[in-house]
Amino acid sequence: MTQTAAERPVNEPTPRRQRADIKARTLRTDRWWLNPALTFAALMSFLVYGFWAIFDQSYFADPYIAPFSAPCLATSCPEGARFLGLAPFGDWYTLPPGLLILGLPAGFRLTCYYYRKSYYRSFWLSPPACGVGEPHKKYSGETRFPLIMQNVHRYFFYGAILIGLILTYDAVLAFRDKDGNWGHVGLGAIILLVNAILIMAYTISCHSCRHITAGRLNHFSRHPLRYKMWTFVSKLNAKHQQLAWVSMFSVMIADLYVRLVAKGIIAFPFA
Amino acid sequence: MGYKAKFRVWRGEAGEGALEDFVVEVNEGEVVLDVIHRLQATQAPDLAVRWNCKAGKCGSCSMEINGKPRLGCMARMSTFTEEETITVTPMRTFPVIKDLVTDVSFNYEKAREIPSFTPPKGVAPGEYRMQQVDVERSQEFRKCIECFMCNNVCHVIRDHEENKQAFAGPRFLMRIAELDMHPYDVEDRQNSAQDEHGLGYCNITKCCTEVCPEHIKITDNALIPMKERVVDRRYDPLVWLGNKIFRRTKEKTPKA
Repeated sequence: MTQTAAERPVNEPTPRRQRADIKARTLRTDRWWLNPALTFAALMSFLVYGFWAIFDQSYFADPYIAPFSAPCLATSCPEGARFLGLAPFGDWYTLPPGLLILGLPAGFRLTCYYYRKSYYRSFWLSPPACGVGEPHKKYSGETRFPLIMQNVHRYFFYGAILIGLILTYDAVLAFRDKDGNWGHVGLGAIILLVNAILIMAYTISCHSCRHITAGRLNHFSRHPLRYKMWTFVSKLNAKHQQLAWVSMFSVMIADLYVRLVAKGIIAFPFA
Repeated sequence: MGYKAKFRVWRGEAGEGALEDFVVEVNEGEVVLDVIHRLQATQAPDLAVRWNCKAGKCGSCSMEINGKPRLGCMARMSTFTEEETITVTPMRTFPVIKDLVTDVSFNYEKAREIPSFTPPKGVAPGEYRMQQVDVERSQEFRKCIECFMCNNVCHVIRDHEENKQAFAGPRFLMRIAELDMHPYDVEDRQNSAQDEHGLGYCNITKCCTEVCPEHIKITDNALIPMKERVVDRRYDPLVWLGNKIFRRTKEKTPKA
């Protein structure tokens, strides 16, 4: 049977097609604001702590070095704190040593796919929560400068791997006593080691890492080793959000701990 | 045990309308769609609602329940308290035809803009040979039931209607990712994802993943991998250099 579409009489206006006229910004009844508010508070506390830590000079309590100041690359660093004994930045560099390297981990977290979600939601309210209207009139996302620069993430990932390895090296060196003998296990060494593991786990679980291992391939079967790596990274990647938070707090705790030991505030045996 | 629930349902045509209050009976084991049907049967015979399978597999009864996009047939009444008022509205991003029924043709238009699966020349259907591991990733995206709740919740078009022209929405960016990851597809999906389908608009706030009734990891497994592929193609000087030095062709090479 042939179907014929019923034609609209010429003089009848086309029905207007519009969205439901609902003025409320959201009809959600749960506490949707709680999550972005907590995220905002947590990220702000990290920023404030980081700012203080950069300018705090007590970053070395032999054999511990505070993660926010590692690697120490300036001549102003105490002898034992220097990375591999090197001080490529000479006397002329008088600013805090942390400033030299913090750009890498900071850039890594700033362009991280998870942190992007969290600060777009909690700082920029774009959107604050799902189904809640955002306050901005225009939106162009990551299509143009400056947000198109988020695509640089993988380069920060390369840098973050380097920093992660250095933190691991520092954590291993922490298993020595004040005279440099191995086998000394202080609470600080354990804290630094746990922190290094969490930082590495967060770094490796990165979406860019997942892409580099094998995500960019269409034929896993032709690259069995890379496929194995991808499978491993994918498992970690599912926990990227949790690792981002845990490693953020662990690095703050580890950093604060070393500074408190350096200041003499924490002074019990096996500190 | 049954009780009387307070419902507020948006009623209107072509955009104009208002929330209407109802008190309606609810019995044990029911879902929101059952209650909407009871409203139709007892108090509002002209209430329009689109539905079909009642099993969360056809994607017809997408609506917003207390402001959250949900399938009416999968929203259990037992998850609400007996005292609370349940607000049911049509999907906000799409124009309303009547009551809870929206015109979702935006999605069909966007679907048509994506070139279909394009095998290499000289390979006939029936000659495709691929390993399970090579197609596994794309198979997750095939679970999509096209309820369009991801496109509805995405703030890029939900809060900015003017972006509808430029942005295909998570559902169709996922479709592009599915084809781009296919071992036998040779069409250039990466440039078009960025230039024609608005992948750059996505700011990965993951609402699409949150509302997906099939629990597809849209953001982590489709949108971000697609963004990374676009970076390879457009923004990474090292990849560009590597392609030049090792004379990698841009064309995908499907071999079994």
